[in-house]
Amino acid sequence: MFRDFGVDEVGLLLKGAQWTVLLSFIAFIGGSIVGLVVAAVRVVGPRSLNALATGYIQAVQGTPLLGQMFLFFFGFSIMGLEVSAWVAVSVSLILFSGAFLGDIWRGCIQAIPQTQWEASSCLGLGFFQQMRYVILPQALRIAIPPTVGFFVQIIKNTSLAAVVGFVELLRAGQMVTAATFKPFTVYLAVALIYFALCYPLSLWSRHLERKLNVAHSH
Amino acid sequence: MSLIRIENVHKSFGDLAVLNGVSLDIEEGEIVTIIGRSGSGKSTLLRCINGLEKVQSGEIWADGVQVNDPATNLRLLRQRLGIVFQSYNLFPHLTVERNITLAPQVVQKRAAADVRQVAVDVLRQVGLESKIDAYPIQLSGGQQQRVAIARSLAMAPKVMLLDEITSALDPELIGDVLKVLEDLARQGMTMVLVTHEMGFARRVSSQVVFMHEGRVWESGPPDRIFTKPETPELATFIQSVL
Ligand SMILES: Nc1ncnc2c1ncn2[C@@H]1O[C@H](COP(=O)(O)OP(=O)(O)OP(=O)(O)O)[C@@H](O)[C@H]1O
Ligand SMILES: [Mg+2]
Repeated sequence: MFRDFGVDEVGLLLKGAQWTVLLSFIAFIGGSIVGLVVAAVRVVGPRSLNALATGYIQAVQGTPLLGQMFLFFFGFSIMGLEVSAWVAVSVSLILFSGAFLGDIWRGCIQAIPQTQWEASSCLGLGFFQQMRYVILPQALRIAIPPTVGFFVQIIKNTSLAAVVGFVELLRAGQMVTAATFKPFTVYLAVALIYFALCYPLSLWSRHLERKLNVAHSH
Repeated sequence: MSLIRIENVHKSFGDLAVLNGVSLDIEEGEIVTIIGRSGSGKSTLLRCINGLEKVQSGEIWADGVQVNDPATNLRLLRQRLGIVFQSYNLFPHLTVERNITLAPQVVQKRAAADVRQVAVDVLRQVGLESKIDAYPIQLSGGQQQRVAIARSLAMAPKVMLLDEITSALDPELIGDVLKVLEDLARQGMTMVLVTHEMGFARRVSSQVVFMHEGRVWESGPPDRIFTKPETPELATFIQSVL
């Protein structure tokens, strides 16, 4: 009656993991675009836009991601829009990532000392030249470790999509459990797959951080 | 007309009046040193000359344009006014060569081959040809400060503004930097420098300006200023620093 936990079941989990990876990339790429705009607005935007961006960041950071997913999943249909779990989950993950990445990158840009702006403007560089040649290259370096670190958070947070019925890794685990009734084995396998996705990134992030610290202090 | 003309300039930060009617003329080829107590407004005055600080009233002219006219293109003007700060402010992510060639290339739009030669030339002037491929962090403070001077020189400025550029350096490194300035002086570079190196000020200046309470309290040739101060404030200051 119950199936065994065999090669087929592992295959199902891996298929789920594919969607986890894909969803993570969508969240990261979409979130990066939103985040870039948010960071730019926060650093040099006019007051009104700046307030808007700040409000957005606070709204996202001050509410649980699961709640945001529900909001989009049910919110769209209340507005009469039939959207798939795909769309609702992607939109909410993109907005979630955009707020955090925007805030991380704003911090990185503002961490570059005022004297770097001053020195470059004294050499006659205009705003975009300052950004391109002086500020952003330095901001980018300090942004890499926290950005990679946040990517790990995104991967783990995609598991919330299971709740609205999106079949990613965790949801695949639930389905395999229902078929095999071996929750411990299945969820251990699920955890191992998450770990295999996240751990190398965590290591890489820590490695980058160490490397950049050394570059700054020798 | 003077290369730099400052007329009755007033500048305050909020309620704090920092410059209270400063007037000063600087001719081409002059070396003007500004001395005075901490907080007397020396740095602020220097920063006003290239428009880093806005003034409340008065006029500042540099190389024929009015700095505090909102219509003035400060980017163009700053290419002709070099400024070097106490804290060097090199770009840490760029090599010495790139620190120097960045502005000539992207601001003055000069060819890559040209600016490479410019970098070699100005580094030779400050005695650091061998460091062309180094990063700022690999240099001593004195070397970084000389690169900062070279970076400014690469724009071929008409005036160099130098704000306490040796104050952050260990005593044994100051000499190399001062020597670079003396060479520049010999080549006829116009310089305005704020300094605590009184011996140096006395040796190279054409005019010494003593600032006190946001005013030019006394100014004149170095020998007169250092040996026959006319105001008690200058006399006290000189006693305290010698
Ligand atoms: N950006 C600023 N905001 C507010 N106050 C400032 C600012 N810059 C300078 N001041 C104040 O203006 C006054 C003059 O400062 P300034 O730096 O010109 O003095 P200074 O003569 O260069 O002194 P020092 O020899 O210590 O460098 C000081 O009281 C200082 O605190
Ligand atoms: Mg000062």
